[in-house]
Amino acid sequence: MKVWRKMARAVFLPYLKINTMSGLLNSSIARKVAMALSGIFLISFLLLHFLINFTSVVSESTFNELSHFMGTNPLIQFLMQPILILGVIFHFVMGIVLEIKNNKARQVQYKMYKGNLNSSWVSRNMIITGLVVLAFLGLHFYDFWFPEIVYKYVEFNPADTTRYFGEMVHKFESPVRTGLYVISFVLLAMHLWHGFQSSFQTIGVNNKYTPFIHKLGYTFAVVVPAGFIFIALFHHFITN
Amino acid sequence: MNLKLKIWRQKDANSKGQIVDYNITDVSPDMSFLEMLDVLNESLVEKGEEPVEFDHDCREGICGTCSLQINGEPHGPDRGVTTCQLHMRKFKDGDTIYIEPFRAKAFPVIKDLIVDRSAFDRIQQAGGYVSVNTSGNTIDANAIPINKHDADEAFDAATCIGCGACVAACKNASAMLFTSAKVSQFALLPQGQVEATERVLNMVKQMDLEGFGNCTNTGACEIECPKGISLKNIARMNREYLAASLKG
Ligand code: HEM
Ligand code: SF4
Ligand code: FES
Repeated sequence: MKVWRKMARAVFLPYLKINTMSGLLNSSIARKVAMALSGIFLISFLLLHFLINFTSVVSESTFNELSHFMGTNPLIQFLMQPILILGVIFHFVMGIVLEIKNNKARQVQYKMYKGNLNSSWVSRNMIITGLVVLAFLGLHFYDFWFPEIVYKYVEFNPADTTRYFGEMVHKFESPVRTGLYVISFVLLAMHLWHGFQSSFQTIGVNNKYTPFIHKLGYTFAVVVPAGFIFIALFHHFITN
Repeated sequence: MNLKLKIWRQKDANSKGQIVDYNITDVSPDMSFLEMLDVLNESLVEKGEEPVEFDHDCREGICGTCSLQINGEPHGPDRGVTTCQLHMRKFKDGDTIYIEPFRAKAFPVIKDLIVDRSAFDRIQQAGGYVSVNTSGNTIDANAIPINKHDADEAFDAATCIGCGACVAACKNASAMLFTSAKVSQFALLPQGQVEATERVLNMVKQMDLEGFGNCTNTGACEIECPKGISLKNIARMNREYLAASLKG
């Protein structure tokens, strides 16, 4: 018990202090750090999600087992899932708030503006790639999350440990849905291309490991979305 | 060479400005950009027109007074130089050159190409100092040993001339590069430790109050900075800020 209390203090106390010091995320750096931490949290979730989905290409039964575990384990269902949803909401709300604030900081625009001379398109348009990912999350929830909630907590269907693979594959019959998933993952890749390394810079990590973090970020931004695209296309063209 | 200039003209802070076209002929490639504007202004004065107002002082890249957004870049297309060090040989005969003031809500236009950068002074006043009395009891510079790496990084940060190009280049008009340079030059040295906690908190607070945007790490500031101030300083300021928030 004591250990848990210590850990909870270590995690939350600094946060509370930063917030009260500067008046609940009232400082630019506190907001940015919160944005970066939520981004890193989403990145780790994304990796887990990818690894689980990838098993569907290799083994139907493994995918079913993992999906059943994730869907019924109370710790995951009632602790991790709400944290994740709050994390996503926090991230995109804060993303939009920052975008609005940043637009206000320059009211008269340049007549001649060539952003590409000193920065990349993806770094300047996180809001665009982010909003596309948000729209995708809407579709994704409609496809998988709401049916699951209805199945489990509204209709109280009996537990069926083998249904997940078939349900998922069925969704990827539609070429339109498969196409939308593919496009969204390309935009997610762009979001992560900048976001991965940016979040480390924001939390203050810029040292001899930074070139490695950049490479790791670019690799992650390509491999994980490409993997998701592969899974979607695999089920569309081969399983179906 | 002959050039077509598109220059922002604005009578005063409250007027609406606009781009005005000027043709300038016989520009020598050896002129600096400001000398080219001097020539333009002489011709305007001869014609009885108002000269174009722009900021300048040392004209040797050390004071940070000159500014100008030239063809979409603060201090123009060259790297690692201020506008006063920019030479006309960077342009070609027949080029069209847009010349605009640095744009940021925190840098209001005073007239033509001159903006009010006193927001930077207020950030500096909020914490960019050490309260060591240096008059009459000067201590030998080498009495406090400082390791070479820290001394070099502090010196690099201290080369920031406060020109504001970082703000002008940033899509968010963020002043993080400037502020982080001013925080770093003290944070790295023992002399800066006395006020370390309040310094970073107060300077960031002032920076936010002035209405600068939030950094999104596009890196435009670092590329356009005439003194090559590194993004490392921003990461350091964030660390200092988090540490100070926990202490404070
Ligand atoms: C699973 C999905 C997502 C992941 C993994 C993700 C990840 C990240 C990461 C790591 C950052 C960098 C943080 C930083 O620079 O400090 C970031 C920034 C950003 N994200 Fe996301 N994001 C996701 C979804 C979204 C969504 C749905 C939006 C909707 C608007 C969004 C909007 C933004 C914006 C505007 C930024 C830039 C803010 C800034 O740098 O200050 N993101 N994201
Ligand atoms: S950081 Fe560079 S661009 Fe910004 S004010 Fe200092 S010298 Fe100018
Ligand atoms: S006039 Fe001093 S730096 Fe350009």
